[in-house]
Amino acid sequence: MGDNVAVIGVGLSKVGEHWEKSLRSLAIESIWMAFEDSGIDKVDALYVGNMSSGSFVEQEHLGALIADFAGLGPIPAVKIEAACGSGGAAFIEGYMGIKSGMYDYVLVTGVEKMTDVLPSKTTSILANASDRDYEAFHGVSFVALNALVMKRYMHEFNVKREELSIFPVISHKNAPFSKHAMYRKEISLEAVINSPIIADPLTLMDCAPICDGAASVILCSEKKAREFTDIPILVSGIGIATDTLGVHDRKHITTLSAAVEASKKAYKMAEVTPKDIDIAEIHDAFSIMSALSLEDMGFAKKGQGTKMALEGQHYIGGELPINLYGGLKARGHPVGATGVYQIGELVYSLRGDGRVDAEVGLAENIGGSGATVSVCVLERGD
Amino acid sequence: MKPNKSVGIIGYGAYVPKYRIQNTEIARVWGNDPNLVPIREKSVPGADEDSVTIAIEIARNAIIRAGIDPSDLRAVWVGSESKPYAVKPTSTIVAEAIAATPFVNAADWEFACKAGSETIQACIAFVGSGMAKYALGIGVDTAQGAPSDALEYTAAAGGAGYIIGNAKESLAIIEASVSYVTDTPDFWRRQHEHYPKHGNRFTGEPSYFKHVLSSSKALMEELGTKPEDYNYAIFHQPNRKFPIEVAKILGFPKEKVLDGLVSPYIGNTYAGSALLGLAAVLDKAKEGDKIFCTSYGSGAGSDSFSLEVTDKLAERKGKAPSVKSYIERREEIDYARYARYRKKIRM
Amino acid sequence: MNVPRHWREQIRRYRLVGSKCTDCGRLSFPNRAVCPKCNSRNNENYQYVGRGKIISFTNINSPPKEHKYNLPFAVALIELMEGPVITAQITDARAEELEIGMEVEMVTRKIMEYNDDGIICYGYKFRPIVEYAHP
Repeated sequence: MGDNVAVIGVGLSKVGEHWEKSLRSLAIESIWMAFEDSGIDKVDALYVGNMSSGSFVEQEHLGALIADFAGLGPIPAVKIEAACGSGGAAFIEGYMGIKSGMYDYVLVTGVEKMTDVLPSKTTSILANASDRDYEAFHGVSFVALNALVMKRYMHEFNVKREELSIFPVISHKNAPFSKHAMYRKEISLEAVINSPIIADPLTLMDCAPICDGAASVILCSEKKAREFTDIPILVSGIGIATDTLGVHDRKHITTLSAAVEASKKAYKMAEVTPKDIDIAEIHDAFSIMSALSLEDMGFAKKGQGTKMALEGQHYIGGELPINLYGGLKARGHPVGATGVYQIGELVYSLRGDGRVDAEVGLAENIGGSGATVSVCVLERGD
Repeated sequence: MKPNKSVGIIGYGAYVPKYRIQNTEIARVWGNDPNLVPIREKSVPGADEDSVTIAIEIARNAIIRAGIDPSDLRAVWVGSESKPYAVKPTSTIVAEAIAATPFVNAADWEFACKAGSETIQACIAFVGSGMAKYALGIGVDTAQGAPSDALEYTAAAGGAGYIIGNAKESLAIIEASVSYVTDTPDFWRRQHEHYPKHGNRFTGEPSYFKHVLSSSKALMEELGTKPEDYNYAIFHQPNRKFPIEVAKILGFPKEKVLDGLVSPYIGNTYAGSALLGLAAVLDKAKEGDKIFCTSYGSGAGSDSFSLEVTDKLAERKGKAPSVKSYIERREEIDYARYARYRKKIRM
Repeated sequence: MNVPRHWREQIRRYRLVGSKCTDCGRLSFPNRAVCPKCNSRNNENYQYVGRGKIISFTNINSPPKEHKYNLPFAVALIELMEGPVITAQITDARAEELEIGMEVEMVTRKIMEYNDDGIICYGYKFRPIVEYAHP
């Protein structure tokens, strides 16, 4: 028996525009679902993944707020922030809390409440993930930054924008099954290609939606987990890395070096290679990020990220099914919470939801335009 | 008026924005007769342009031609009646942008369309007195034309600037200057008003003509020169008619005026007007050419200058875009876009 | 409105001054306290010429409100002729007129305007090069 960290509880609240629910009520809802799923009722520490509660709802100090209102007791609780990579980053902090031996049970909650402000303000807040003084100041929105990367990618590798449109189709294919997803319908390739261009070459349907959501997972040691179940879901490898904040400072505009770094570390720790990965939850906030993620984590050669996708290999039944619960595109992207949704969804898939028999899964969460990337490898512990 | 030390123009710069609106388009919107419009088209500043941005490009062009270290400038003076800030100098922004700060005098000047030429006079004095090695004076405007008013057809954007220094280093020596000023309320704008008001025909004879003629005659008398002595004559150009008419009265034939007449192509750039005409002439002039220039500003007054081109103009003129290249860079827009850029739509 | 923050940025925004590592010569824009190439903390100001070429661009449709006055506009990644890449707006040209590889030059224009009563932030933008036609 190993000394891995295990995920024993998952609670994913439905992603959507929740006018009636506040940030704290969303967080609490997911926490109680996770407690119920795990069978325990107390944790020793809380890590909150969130990008911009201060700007969206004028509230910081989320660790204390959520520990207080979820009735967790006077436990240590902090917010971990890495833009839209906050969820993955918080999960890794939680992992380290268990691995260090410091805590027996750790709760990681990702939460984001984006819909209380006007869309123009949301755009402005999301730009906090970029370089304020040297990117956002110039009027470059987040969508525009990704469009700049996509256009360069298309130019360097001779890829047409229609080829990248396959990724939203793949994510949506799994959406009807996903009860917590914001959008539960499939979409066609034509629909994506023909949707309005919002920042050339990105279309409306190439981009994940603005929404509210909260996801919670409970961690403990493998040893403790085996007291609850014969087949715990183990975190066999983690990796997190950073890259230059500004896209303009990247060594190669079309390479996510942080994904290269983070995946290398995660693979090494888990003692796997990309070939061993059965399923993956990748960060498809924008179609271009899907292609780059697959390439930079070693699943495809540079410039060929769309190849397997267009061959159908990323659907369930293919070589590497991805985004089994809708991904960011269909499940939704409540920014700081997304990384934790990905972990929870991987756990569901690895436990077996009747669709795929997977042993090893990977979750990749990107912060900003790639300045932070976390990669986690989870395995069925049998 | 002559300074103690002989001075001249070390470098000059000009700028005109690329957008144009046709006079016939303005006439269409207001239901005026398209056959009676004063000029073909006028320049319109883009949404991200204003007197500050135009002045900065003018200053940069002047420095490139002058070939000087901007920290040697002891004055950066901007004359305009369309400052973006009522309080907060345009000239400090320009001085900072061109790295002339911090040991420099910066100030904004106002005298309607002669706000630019009077900065030149002050530069002559600053350098001529020995106080400064170099001084930069700029005339620039993004003029506000009241919707449906006659002046809407010509109120345009652009300007020019001059670095004044020692005559020995100059591309054109400034021999002397005269100012002629009276309190004549032909055109004004009260503090919180968007658009100016004017006295219509009162802006002609007792205003433009009286001051331009008096100033010009006074300078030629002081210098003992006649129109025949000059190769070029530039006058403030609110339209095409006035400068040609005043030239005729003074005795300058039309041919000497045409090279410095840019308003038929881009409209009246107000504080930039005469200075832009002078820049257009310098783009063409040769060593030994003598140039006569009189500005006019409502309120009212005129500044006159007499210049002689040196051997240094030939090597410096080509270092920055000519007035012609800015005039030829054009994109037509319609009245709707024009109204939006000029903030005429009440939000 | 962050007035002091905007004021601090002037040397970069108005003049396109970055830094050069005095140990290995690596150029940066904006200036960097630590050299990304050799990790040295020794650097000096470096004045860029203001010429470069477009390596990617896109159009902006829904910017924050301080940028709405300027719609529509394109933004681009521009490789300065000295090497560093910067992010900036393109002005005097629409996205449809641009091409990857196009040569551009720096100008100073309005970037943000905080309503009618706030400050105006000026800074660098890039435009297609103006030809020097001479009569």
